[in-house]
Amino acid sequence: MMRASRNYPGWWAALGHRLSGLALALFLPVHFLVLGLALDSDAALDSVIAWTDQPLVKVAEWGLVMLLTLHLGFGVRVLALEFLPWRDPLKTLISLGAGASVLAGLLFWIVAL
Amino acid sequence: MQDTADREEMLTVEIWRGREDGALQTYRVPRRESQTVLDVVTWVQRNEEPALAYRFACRVGMCGSCAMQVNGKPRWTCRTHVSRVAENGLLRIEPLANLPRIKDLATDMAPFFEKWQGARGRHEPTRTRHEPMAPVSSESPARKAANAGIECINCAVCYAACDVVGWDENYLGPAALNRAWTLANDERDADKAGLLQAVSQGGGCHSCHSHGSCVEHCPVGLNPTAGIAGLKRMTLAALMKGEL
Repeated sequence: MMRASRNYPGWWAALGHRLSGLALALFLPVHFLVLGLALDSDAALDSVIAWTDQPLVKVAEWGLVMLLTLHLGFGVRVLALEFLPWRDPLKTLISLGAGASVLAGLLFWIVAL
Repeated sequence: MQDTADREEMLTVEIWRGREDGALQTYRVPRRESQTVLDVVTWVQRNEEPALAYRFACRVGMCGSCAMQVNGKPRWTCRTHVSRVAENGLLRIEPLANLPRIKDLATDMAPFFEKWQGARGRHEPTRTRHEPMAPVSSESPARKAANAGIECINCAVCYAACDVVGWDENYLGPAALNRAWTLANDERDADKAGLLQAVSQGGGCHSCHSHGSCVEHCPVGLNPTAGIAGLKRMTLAALMKGEL
């Protein structure tokens, strides 16, 4: 169960950073595998790219874009609070980062459709 | 006609009894105006459970001895009003997390204070008492950084809130590192190298994950995470210059 003492934006941001990092680590080998197909033949890569046109796969890709931008945003947050002079409105920074990743997700839909 | 006592608003209070293998026990405590959590514990001790063990001294938020877990969060109980924390008239009061339990609500604070020593929390003077006082400008950036951290009351609320303290028994914790940060910024401290050495070892400032639980829970509004981040930068700079 969620500990009461952990229910604040900074902890959720830290959890989001780790979980998005783990999910991306699982995705990366698949990504490199697909890129590796291009070395074999055009056809193999093209068939994978055709497969990614399915709606469900598009949703998964949207998820990946969100994960990447969330991971980037939360990572920049950690760097900022460790290497820059402290700023008090950290919660605002977190919201800005989360907002930016939602925007990136929307942009993906607009480009993809 | 109903008796006044029957109509009195009551709180349901669960209090930890025993050591590690104890259990929560439930009490009914009359609700009062401007009642603090410490008032509730004291009421139980005086009226229901004379053997209840807990700590307090000043009751005004200066001594740092009355911290407990209240509904899952570490808090200074003397300055925590029941109206702010009771959930549907229920209070669950337990001993501070991340510390060995002695009896009921009293924890063994020894590991907490040993870590202050581990972080070299003792001031090493540059002058003796026979010399004139060192002039320190209150406007210097280092003094301002030190001033921001010196109001710690040693209540161990940050220590109980910290995830890393729970994971790594060697981690010095936010309060000890905050103390080290104030000394690192004190021009009158003679052993900066020794200090940076102490806080950069295993379990030192580099173990901090910057979750910020200490900042979130510190009752006097200090920011240990900022101090620990400062120590990270300071030790890194010392390493680059070959001083560490």
